[in-house]
Amino acid sequence: MEAVIDIAVEWVFVCKTDDVPQNGGGCVKVGDEQIALYNFSRRGEWYATQNLCPHKQQMVLSRGMIGSTGDTCEPKVACPFHKKTFSLLSGECLTGEEYQLKTYPVKVEGDRVYVGIE
Amino acid sequence: MNMSQQDLKTVVVVGNGMVGYKFCEKLLAKTSAFNIVVFGEEPRHAYDRVHLSEYFNGKSADDLSMSHLGWYSENNIALHLGDTITEINRSEKVIHSLKGVSQPYDYLVLATGSSAFVPDIPGVEKDGVFVYRTIEDLDLIQNYAKAARKGAVLGGGLLGLEAAKALIDLGLEETHVIEFAPRLMPRQIDSAGSAMLQAKLETLDLKVHMNKSTSSILGDSNIKGLQFNDDTSLEVDMLVISAGIRPRDELAKLAGLETGTRGGIVVNQKMQTSDDSIFAIGECALYDGMIYGLVAPGYEMAEVVAAHLCAGERTFNGYDMSTKLKLIGVDVASFGDPFVTEPDSRSIVFEDSHKGVYKRINISNDGKYLLGGVLIGDADAYNILLQTVNNNILLPPNPEDLILGARGGEASAGAGVVTLPDEALICSCEAVSKGDICGAVTDLNVTTVEGMKKCNKAGTGCGGCVPLVKDLIHETLKANGTYIKNVVCEHFDYSRQELFDLMKLNKIKTYDAALDHFGKGDGCELCKPTVASILASLWNDVIVKQHTIQDSNDRYLANIQKGGTYSVVPRIPGGEITPDKLIVIGQVAKKYNLYTKITGGQRIDLFGAHLSELPDIWSELIDAGFESGHAYGKALRTVKSCVGSTWCRFGLHDSVSFAIEIEERYRGIRAPHKIKGGVSGCVRECAEAQSKDFGIIATEKGWNLYVAGNGGSKPQHAQLLATDIDKETCVKYLDRFLMFYINTADSLTRTATWLNKMEGGLSYLKNVVINDSLGINAQLEAEMQGLVDSYHCEWKEAVENPDLRKQFAHFVNAPKEKDPLVAFDTMREQVKAKEW
Ligand code: SRM
Ligand SMILES: Cc1cc2nc3c(=O)[nH]c(=O)nc-3n(C[C@H](O)[C@H](O)[C@H](O)COP(=O)(O)OP(=O)(O)OC[C@H]3O[C@@H](n4cnc5c(N)ncnc54)[C@H](O)[C@@H]3O)c2cc1C
Ligand code: SF4
Ligand code: FES
Repeated sequence: MEAVIDIAVEWVFVCKTDDVPQNGGGCVKVGDEQIALYNFSRRGEWYATQNLCPHKQQMVLSRGMIGSTGDTCEPKVACPFHKKTFSLLSGECLTGEEYQLKTYPVKVEGDRVYVGIE
Repeated sequence: MNMSQQDLKTVVVVGNGMVGYKFCEKLLAKTSAFNIVVFGEEPRHAYDRVHLSEYFNGKSADDLSMSHLGWYSENNIALHLGDTITEINRSEKVIHSLKGVSQPYDYLVLATGSSAFVPDIPGVEKDGVFVYRTIEDLDLIQNYAKAARKGAVLGGGLLGLEAAKALIDLGLEETHVIEFAPRLMPRQIDSAGSAMLQAKLETLDLKVHMNKSTSSILGDSNIKGLQFNDDTSLEVDMLVISAGIRPRDELAKLAGLETGTRGGIVVNQKMQTSDDSIFAIGECALYDGMIYGLVAPGYEMAEVVAAHLCAGERTFNGYDMSTKLKLIGVDVASFGDPFVTEPDSRSIVFEDSHKGVYKRINISNDGKYLLGGVLIGDADAYNILLQTVNNNILLPPNPEDLILGARGGEASAGAGVVTLPDEALICSCEAVSKGDICGAVTDLNVTTVEGMKKCNKAGTGCGGCVPLVKDLIHETLKANGTYIKNVVCEHFDYSRQELFDLMKLNKIKTYDAALDHFGKGDGCELCKPTVASILASLWNDVIVKQHTIQDSNDRYLANIQKGGTYSVVPRIPGGEITPDKLIVIGQVAKKYNLYTKITGGQRIDLFGAHLSELPDIWSELIDAGFESGHAYGKALRTVKSCVGSTWCRFGLHDSVSFAIEIEERYRGIRAPHKIKGGVSGCVRECAEAQSKDFGIIATEKGWNLYVAGNGGSKPQHAQLLATDIDKETCVKYLDRFLMFYINTADSLTRTATWLNKMEGGLSYLKNVVINDSLGINAQLEAEMQGLVDSYHCEWKEAVENPDLRKQFAHFVNAPKEKDPLVAFDTMREQVKAKEW
């Protein structure tokens, strides 16, 4: 695995842009960590969160549907199991529970995708 | 000013039943100026006695509890459970309990309820004889029933029938109801209604004995049977006595308060007893010569006392005893005066003995007002009829429409609520009026029943008014100019049907195009699968080409399970399978370590496949001649068959071949919700076709076609669409029916719900499908044929296309690796998902 050093975070190369489906997610393995990576191509944005859904501890968020909500078009992902939704920006649960997802910065250079690990 | 506890006046409540509890709640809502002390003889917090029988259907004592744990302490109520008050010292204003507690009071509220009346029949003390009033009674009954085969209930009133239902549910082989009077529920319904109810109950395996007076209970220490006055007897192993209630007035009597000759503590309009600092409310109170054995009047009494203690003016003026119940699955309702007859009124009676429906309404002689009535078998109109009586609403010119339902009950009820006056009491349990509900909609923006429950508790009691509450919310929104439409979600301001038409007209083929043309924002988990389903119904393209808009199961063409593995369900049309194919399924399951189970849909489910294994598993199955079973899709699932005329001695036609033909015709077709079918070879109906979205049953002359049945949480029988038709006609009607459903239903609406909501109901549907009243049948048939012709096995497409196949990986940067966190347990020599 290559690493490009930036400020505070270590940018880890995780996959090529076309490994993650458009407007969808995929799971990448970084060491022992599972990270859900979202290719929000409709907005030209990339996001990353933990892959584990905090509701029932399931490694599935990368398989959830993404979309947006509200006037600010907050980007979000819905867990495939019970459709709890989480903000891709803050990791906060948007369906009223106290869950919090870990989020990661993402950087794309050419067709290479990097995730920032602290 | 902050008063200390000592300065507060003390209200002591005797009895922690439904009404005693409600009194505390109502008093607290008005003031905190009292010390409240409650004594309850039962060992637990007040619980919902009305829904007591649900204890046998899995509700726990906690579920039935009226309050959450800690409610009493949060509200500073001193609660003494399991302690009976034995004496009231009126001159000292203090009461004494069995456990030795002495409690002074300023005001005393007796809410001691009633006990089951046990007639003085020799032998009532034997083991196996019970009453039906408390959770403890139910525990005893449940225990004893384990070893019993035959049971009886003494008393055919409301509570007796409820107890009989419980015995049936407990699995007794035979349940009898013994009624002394010549009819059932003598207080509520007339003899014709009773006869209909009896007939209906007997088809449900309840044995009803009328005009029977029991002279003794047979047996040694345990009950063995009942001896009747007419020299007949009945063998039973257990008996539940439900011969009426006796108000618990013993404490009041002892204290010298005035009581009725037949029981009950005499109260005035303010619920005061003959001692004006002592009140009685609920089933122990005798008002104007009457005991009110229902919860709603008890709550009203509680309100009167609470108001009085806060210097309010409210009085009790009697109470409407109308009731609506579901007894053993049969609707029974009586309202207003169910019994008035000529010459004081005219009655209109509707009777359908085939369906077990009896309706009677009593109308004033001038035809202007509704006085009361009885509904058996179908009580949908109850709420609106009750409102019509209570509010003296002028009747329409053809009052029979009220019970015949000009266009089905729902539509007329919806319109009817508009004419109610604002004071009309909608929720009688919580005393919420029409004005309260409409006000909440207009001023507080409450738009759902759930919201209304939170806002003013409407519908939280017996729940009977919920349909009316819903209609009122709807009508008020409409009146306020809010156009209510079932829009798909925040991104599409259209109903599913509108979006369907728009996408068809504009030949929209992708989700992004739909969003760009007709939506806003970036979509979500509601509109994506809806649009995906519409696209599939319109163009039938390979769905995984747009896999990220599919619901999770459709995205991976498999159902996701606990732990994140998937299940594999190959199609087994009509449930018919060769030994060779069975062997292949066994081999595949073994190779990939999958759990196998025969499903409720006559096929085999293989559970526990890793995402990355799905294409390999399917390759092997496809090579052996299997195809996708669409168990993951809102699509045709199975067409269940019975063995039919090829083997069965009763079979009229070959139901298996027909089921296979139909399943193959409609396989893979996507719809607003899943669709299931069944074909039975004769009326014995072994394929359970009448519980399916469409069901076909062989007759001497051809086939009967039923539509819009449903299993699931709200089961409903399918309705007869056409009789004695040949196969071709059957397929033609099915094409039209299914395509009409696909074109017009809301997302995630099964055919049954779709038809229930359709104005005009079955007759409208018949007109469309059979008489082509909309002139769209040629188009519907062509659309269906288009879907049939473009069928493909989507798993075959997925495994043969490397790009699609690549999507089935847990790690995009390590496609061969499985999720290391997936774990299984074992059970009966197979794997099972780990608990979460
Ligand atoms: C496997 C099976 C149970 C079994 O072991 O027998 C099953 C399993 C599931 N059923 Fe079912 N149903 C199965 C037969 C039924 C039946 C019986 C039948 O088809 O004759 C019914 C009642 C009949 C009906 O549909 O009207 C049934 C009524 C439901 C419902 C309620 C639908 C409703 O209209 O109320 C759901 C929930 C839903 O679809 O929203 C449901 C949903 C589910 C889901 C998909 C829940 C989910 O989303 O995970 C289950 C998937 C399990 C899995 O992981 O594969 N299942 N389910 C049966 C598969 C049949 C098949 O071969 O395809
Ligand atoms: C199976 C069943 C089904 C029913 N179905 C319906 C229905 O569908 N609709 C409807 O409206 N009504 C129904 N009812 C009637 C309804 O439950 C009663 O009207 C309601 O419970 C009356 O409330 P209450 O508080 O007056 O009496 P209860 O709920 O009986 O409460 C009285 C409490 O006081 C206690 N108590 C008595 N004496 C003393 C004492 N000296 N010291 C301390 N505590 C004492 C008792 O132990 C009891 O816990 C049903 C009743 C039963 C049993
Ligand atoms: S009944 Fe419930 S638990 Fe059983 S398979 Fe169906 S959805 Fe799952
Ligand atoms: S496991 Fe994610 S919502 Fe339940």
